[in-house]
Amino acid sequence: MCLAIPGKVIETFDQAGMLMGKVQFGGIVREACLEYVPETQIGDYVLVHVGFAISRIDEAEAERTYQALRDLDQLTELEAPVVEEYPQ
Amino acid sequence: MKYLDEYRDGDVAQKIVGEMRRIQTRPWVLMEVCGGQTHAIVKNGIDHLLPEGVELVHGPGCPVCVTPLEMIDKAHAIARQPKVIFCSFGDMLRVPGSHGDLFTIKSLGGDVRVVYSPLDCLKIARANPDKQVVFFAIGFETTAPANAMLAWRAREQQVDNVSLLVSHVLVPPALEAILQSPDNRVQGFLGPGHVCAVMGYREYEPISARYRVPIVVTGFEPIDILHGTLMTLRQLEEGRAVVENQYSRVLGADGNKPAQALVSRVFEVGDRKWRGIGNIPMSGFRLREEFARQDAEKLFDVAEIATLEPEICISGQILRGIRKPHDCPAFGTLCTPQRPLGATMVSAEGACAAYYAYGRHLQPPIVACAPATVHG
Repeated sequence: MCLAIPGKVIETFDQAGMLMGKVQFGGIVREACLEYVPETQIGDYVLVHVGFAISRIDEAEAERTYQALRDLDQLTELEAPVVEEYPQ
Repeated sequence: MKYLDEYRDGDVAQKIVGEMRRIQTRPWVLMEVCGGQTHAIVKNGIDHLLPEGVELVHGPGCPVCVTPLEMIDKAHAIARQPKVIFCSFGDMLRVPGSHGDLFTIKSLGGDVRVVYSPLDCLKIARANPDKQVVFFAIGFETTAPANAMLAWRAREQQVDNVSLLVSHVLVPPALEAILQSPDNRVQGFLGPGHVCAVMGYREYEPISARYRVPIVVTGFEPIDILHGTLMTLRQLEEGRAVVENQYSRVLGADGNKPAQALVSRVFEVGDRKWRGIGNIPMSGFRLREEFARQDAEKLFDVAEIATLEPEICISGQILRGIRKPHDCPAFGTLCTPQRPLGATMVSAEGACAAYYAYGRHLQPPIVACAPATVHG
């Protein structure tokens, strides 16, 4: 569970003062916190661990790592249920 | 698939192994630290590709494995309470405590939820103001920035019904514990790539120098692992012992500074017990005093729980590279992933579970190397 999964940032937004993004992993899109890679732009590839981007990588590395993780059955955390924000 | 070939290519693998054969003059024992690497090695049979006398032993880098049974029992005691929503990463749910697992508690009416991100706990807490939301915050340095952010945001946003049950562990003190052991066999380490993406690798330099042991920070793809093994072997054969970075396409020496900054504002280093190994001084994170309101161990009066691990289990020796799954009489018979007896069988990233998953309990162990001295 220490492995991070690469994905492409397709949207960035602010959530109560926290920099967040929507990140695409293969066919799945999930939210990720971008506070630790604040320089991230839309279109960048990031390594995401439990909903947090921990580093930026290039597209080639992203594709390689994604395939390697798929081979190792290490993508299941992406299937965890989505928790919707409670209306404020 | 256009980028894959270079990292999968059998020719590249053969070239690397050929170079190992060319330079190797004597047997060596190397340890891969990360459970993800162990999984990749066993799945791809990388240990069987290596030249005779280059042995890989499997390290303690599986956070689920090393979470102590007492802590799992504590988590279960909290999860059973009626006004609690207990949240966890998925891989902790099947880990048995002294009395069943989190799935059992859920089936008996406990509110146990799998979350993707620790931040999900904030959303759950806001939606359930009459409940206490407790997150089982386990992991190595890779996971610490995420768990730290939960505590930080809970305090900043005054979401008072969310807390963390922290069982966080750190890689460098574990390497030192392995190296200090009188029966240590490990002569070089493949360092954990994604841990170092957060922390960098400067903190490994004093260990490498003090114990004269090469440490090569390594990725987890098959060619990465072979390449990291070759780099470690080369240092050993040349009599060098430094920290090198095989995984430079992902990480640099300094790691992620913003992540490190928040981690150190939220957590402080303290002693931590590791399942199978025992207490290692200054080997884990705990919440700082300012985060007492977010500390589930302080909020819930769960007394110390006495636990008993089966005597037959040798997971402590496996985690330190002294023995391997096949050395255990219970491996694959009394002890299976369905009924694990100890640390290295409870998670898919544990050495015993990886050996079992890829059918190694059905095969005789491959003795690829000159017999190494095993004490104890």
